Amino acid sequence: MAINHLAPEQTEQFADNIVGFARALRAAGMPVGPGAVIDAMSALQVIDIGNRADVFATLEAIFVKRHEHALIFKQAFNLFFRASEEWKHMLDSVPLPEQARKTPQAGARRVQEAMSQPRMTETPQHQEQDLRLAVSDKEILQKKDFAQMSAAEISEALRAIDRMHLPQAELLTRRHRPDPHGLRLDLRRTLRASLRTGGEIIDIHRLGRIEKPAPIVALLDISGSMNEYTRLFLHFLHAIGDARKRVSVFLFGTRLTNVTRALRQRDPDEALASCSASVEDWAGGTRISASLHNFNKLWARRVLSQGAIVLLISDGLEREADSKLAFEMDRLHRSCRRLIWLNPLLRFGCFEAKAQGIKMMLPHVDEFRPVHNLSSIQELITTLSRPLPPHHRSLIRSAA
Amino acid sequence: MTSATLPASVDAMLELLTSRGYLAERSLATVTYLSLRMGRPLFLEGEAGVGKTEIAKVLSAALGRKLIRLQCYEGLDVSSAVYEWNSAAQMIAIRMAEAAGDTDREQLSSDIFADRYMIKRPLLQALEPDVAGPPVLLIDELDRADEAFEAYLLEILSDFQVTIPEFGTVKAPHPPIVIITSNRTREIHDALKRRCLYHWVDYPAAERELAIVKTRVPGISAKLSQQVVRFVQALRDQDFYKSPGVAETIDWATALSELDARSLTPQVVGDTLGALLKYQDDITRMQGDTLQKVLKDATSED
Repeated sequence: MAINHLAPEQTEQFADNIVGFARALRAAGMPVGPGAVIDAMSALQVIDIGNRADVFATLEAIFVKRHEHALIFKQAFNLFFRASEEWKHMLDSVPLPEQARKTPQAGARRVQEAMSQPRMTETPQHQEQDLRLAVSDKEILQKKDFAQMSAAEISEALRAIDRMHLPQAELLTRRHRPDPHGLRLDLRRTLRASLRTGGEIIDIHRLGRIEKPAPIVALLDISGSMNEYTRLFLHFLHAIGDARKRVSVFLFGTRLTNVTRALRQRDPDEALASCSASVEDWAGGTRISASLHNFNKLWARRVLSQGAIVLLISDGLEREADSKLAFEMDRLHRSCRRLIWLNPLLRFGCFEAKAQGIKMMLPHVDEFRPVHNLSSIQELITTLSRPLPPHHRSLIRSAA
Repeated sequence: MTSATLPASVDAMLELLTSRGYLAERSLATVTYLSLRMGRPLFLEGEAGVGKTEIAKVLSAALGRKLIRLQCYEGLDVSSAVYEWNSAAQMIAIRMAEAAGDTDREQLSSDIFADRYMIKRPLLQALEPDVAGPPVLLIDELDRADEAFEAYLLEILSDFQVTIPEFGTVKAPHPPIVIITSNRTREIHDALKRRCLYHWVDYPAAERELAIVKTRVPGISAKLSQQVVRFVQALRDQDFYKSPGVAETIDWATALSELDARSLTPQVVGDTLGALLKYQDDITRMQGDTLQKVLKDATSED
């Protein structure tokens, strides 16, 4: 029962304004669909559009669907709905955003590389030899440290990561589905089947619990000391996130950034590009304690609530190692099902936990594993796909 | 119970809520009004204890509508959210028919999948017509249910209908007023949010919180209520794991007023801090200097 208070020509101008506003929001990175524009139009017809605050609240309720976008919306609203003269003036003075920042498209590098591949002029005999070589190469590749790989080896490693499949590390849910070996009686289906035989129950249908993969939350250190590894790990996280939806990824250096959404894009290059675009402190210093604090405070309750496994990927080289670090690690440990610390420093056989930060963190992890080459990643996958312990306290500190 | 007419403007909405002791921000009144006028579900997100659930209760009371509440939890499924067949009763009905010598299978099947053998759960109840008008359906803490249930809700929220294989489709003659709340223990899918009006419920400003305390804890003295609000507002600036919500403020004010406290003293605050802070770490941090400072700020301006 929409009431149209506006004269037709006013409505038309209004529609233009709303469409323009929606486009501005979209340009600012907010997901605004055409449905929302229609909603906004019909909503504005039932409120008093003379009241700016009400118009704001109305449009906010329709266009903002995530709390994080509220700030963008507010700025866009204030900018867009000013006196039109002022607005025109602004348009003249500001360069168009598309021209202002033109970054190379994601995937451009891959295309470039593909184009610059040497032509295949070798004879078949040569190819055969190459194949044989490739097999032994693979073995070397499995053990080779990521930090020492050449560009070609890295791209080979990336391809290997892509091929890895994470088997389902199962978590029993409280939901049920038909299962002939299930423990619970499915009375509804049993009854329905019995009707076919005039009420005589012949087959008993059962229900079993649905199993689903446990969520994975990765906290990846992107400070300078981890530089050689971050891209590969991101690729790895993208690869496992692709197959199973419940993977959340956070990057931290001096601050914490949630890149889960950026990593969801299907193309790995595009995903990594938008990932690095959202991070401000790439390859800078490390503040593990502060980053963990932020994670615990802002995100832990949101992403760890369903029995998540946490992968903490860091070398643990923290300058400000104090009791706070131990406190935050303890909190993180207590709020997840299993805390696995992946540390590339473990590649050194003679590694000893001497650094203050590492000493602080070690007592609070369930597992401490190396992760510096393909075979260690493969081992990690095997670990992740083992059935989960009934409760996380049971297999503590075995590896440490 | 007759149903009140829906408010005709944002101001009327605000008045309606205030008349029931819910002092809402104007923006919240606006989206609530809109959700009523547009017939769209209202999705309220915010920290625990800021009054998200309360608004559904107030709406149902003020409009004279039935309140149907669906508390979400992990593993919530169709049989506990929508409907379930009363299998025991059905079984008896089959045996009775058998004993009576009834052998018409078609007849039997339509008899036992009838309305009277159906146990209706909240979502189905909300679709049924009610003399007082469409009910208020509160889907509380949706973030606790798992994704599969969320996907199921999509159909119900866009068409207000449920399909039951043995029975047919049940469609609401008038869509219910739907309020969905979430504490953000996980993100709700965008597809669901898109079907709703979204609003982030924030902690109230000091002035409004003071008014809320005065309304909800009638016996409290002006001085104490002011100190309480100032103290709580200062706590929210601290870096706590869980900041106290309005519900905690009201609890605390009630506790203090039960203890006949005249004003805040270190002793009485120490004894009752558990009403405000719910984590041992936070309580530990609040002892000593921090407590002294916050307390001093809260009580100094009298």
